[in-house]
Amino acid sequence: MTLLEHTPSPAQLRRSAYRRRQTVYSVLVAASSTAALGTLLVVAVTGAPGWDRVRRSFLDPEIAVDALPAVLSGLWLNVRLLVCCAAGALLLGLVIAVLRTLRGPIFFPVRALAASYTYTFRGLPLIIVLYLLTLGVPGLRLQGTPPVLVLGGLALVLTYGGYLAEVFRAGIESVHPSQLAAARSLGLTYRQTMRHVVLPQAVRRVAPPLLNDVVALQKDVGLVSLAGPIDAVRAAQIATAQSFNYTPYVVAGVLFVLLAIPLIAVTDWVTLRAARRQSGG
Amino acid sequence: MALLRCRGLRKEFAGNIVLDRLDLTVAEHQVVALIGASGSGKSTLLRCVNLLEELDDGTIELDGEDISDPRVDPDRVRRRIGMVFQAYNLFPHLSVLENITLAPRRVHRRARAEAEAQARELLDRVGLGAKADAYPDRLSGGQQQRVAIVRALANSPRLMLLDEVTSALDPELVGEVLAMIRDLKADGMTMVLATHEMGFARDVADEVCFLDAGRVVESGPPEQVLGEPTQPRTRQFLRRIIEAGRL
Repeated sequence: MTLLEHTPSPAQLRRSAYRRRQTVYSVLVAASSTAALGTLLVVAVTGAPGWDRVRRSFLDPEIAVDALPAVLSGLWLNVRLLVCCAAGALLLGLVIAVLRTLRGPIFFPVRALAASYTYTFRGLPLIIVLYLLTLGVPGLRLQGTPPVLVLGGLALVLTYGGYLAEVFRAGIESVHPSQLAAARSLGLTYRQTMRHVVLPQAVRRVAPPLLNDVVALQKDVGLVSLAGPIDAVRAAQIATAQSFNYTPYVVAGVLFVLLAIPLIAVTDWVTLRAARRQSGG
Repeated sequence: MALLRCRGLRKEFAGNIVLDRLDLTVAEHQVVALIGASGSGKSTLLRCVNLLEELDDGTIELDGEDISDPRVDPDRVRRRIGMVFQAYNLFPHLSVLENITLAPRRVHRRARAEAEAQARELLDRVGLGAKADAYPDRLSGGQQQRVAIVRALANSPRLMLLDEVTSALDPELVGEVLAMIRDLKADGMTMVLATHEMGFARDVADEVCFLDAGRVVESGPPEQVLGEPTQPRTRQFLRRIIEAGRL
C-alpha cells in the first residue's frame, strides 16, 4: 500500500481546489437558472386570464379518478395490440428486407413485389390504410372476415412493416463486403452467409432505429379506435362526452407517456451499448 | 502433379487490365510467393482462384478440374480452398471458437462437439487455446490473423491462399504469424501467398513469382529471383525494396 501512496505537489493541490470551487459554482448556476425558468412558467400559466376555466375542464382530479378505470382498461387493449403489431411488423420488415437482397433472375418478381410494397406503404397515410382495411374488407361480405380489431392491427403491421423493412435493409447493406468475402471463401452458401454472418450483424447495428419505430408505433396503435374498438383514447373520448370535461384525455396522455418511458429507456440503453461497441469498447 | 494450374488469366476493372495472360502452376506441397508492387495483380489473382472475382479470360484448374467453368458450383470449389485476408475479416459477432466452427458445422455438417474439439486442438497448437471464448475485438492483430488462419484450416483445405496476411500488423506481431505459416509448410500444406515480406518469401517459398502489370515477369527459386534477377523490372523493384530497408 505504501508504494501506491502519492503526495500531490502544491501545484496539483491548487488545481484540485480550483476544480472543486468550479463544480460548486456550476451546480449553483444550474439550480438558480432552473428555479427562475420554473417560476416564470408557473406564473405565466396560472396567471393567464383563462387559467381557472382551463384547470376546471382539463385538470379536474375527481373526474380523473372517475375516468381512470375505463381509460386503463382501454390502455390494456393498446398494450396487447402494440405487442402483436410490433412483433408482426418486425417479422414482416425483416422478411421484406431479405427478399429485396435476393439475387438471380428467378427472384425478380419477388424483388419487384417487395420493393413496390415498401414504396406503397411508406407513402400511404396510415389512416387511409386503416379505413380501407377496417371498412372496405368487411364490406366485401366474405365468409370468415376477421374482426375489425384484427384488420386494424393488420393495417398497422403493413404500414410499419414498410418502414422497418427499410431500416433492416440499411443494416444489411452496412455489413462490409469483406465479411461476405470471408464467409463465401469458407464455402458458406449465400443463404448461410445471410443467416449466420450478415443478418446477426445487421440487426445488432439497427436495433436502436428499430426500437425507435416501435416507440412511434406505440402511439399510432391508438388510431384503431377510429374503426370502433375501445382503446384508451376512445375510452377517454367516451368519458369526456359524459362529463363535458376534457380531463380524461389528459389522463390518457399521461398513461401513454408512462407506457413509453420503459420502451424509450430500453432504446437509449441499446443505442448507448451500440455506440460503445462501435468505439471498440 | 499440379494442384493448381492457371492459364492465360485476364481480368479487367473498368478498362484497367489487372491480370494479363497470366500463367501460374502450383504443385502439391509447394509454397509459391507472389511478389510485386501494389496493383500488380497479386490480390486479384488470389481472389480469382477463389472464384470471388469473375475471370474475363483464361482457365483455372484445381486438381485437374476446370473451376473457371461457369457451370461449376463455386461453393463446392471454395470448400477445398482456404483463404486468409489482409484485414483478417473475422466475424465480430462470433467468438473465436464460433468463427472457427461455423464452416465445419454449416458447410461440412459436422457435429458441434466434434467441430469444437477440432477447433480447440488447432487453437492449442498455435498457443491460442485460452482465447477460444473471446471475441475478435479482444485480440491483438497477430492473434486475430492466427485465428483467421485456423478458421481456414478447420475446413481441411487442399490449398491455402494468403493475401498479404502480415501487411496490417504491427512489426512486432508479424513474427508470430510468419512462424505459423512456416509450420504449415512443414506439415506439407500447399500455399500461394502474396507478400511484401521479401525475407520471409526467400525463407519459406519454394518458388517466387514477380508480378508486374498483371503478368508473371520472372519466376524461379527464391535465391535466383531475389538474388540474381534476370529481368530489368525485377531488378528495379528489388532495388526499391532494398532502399526502403525491407530486404
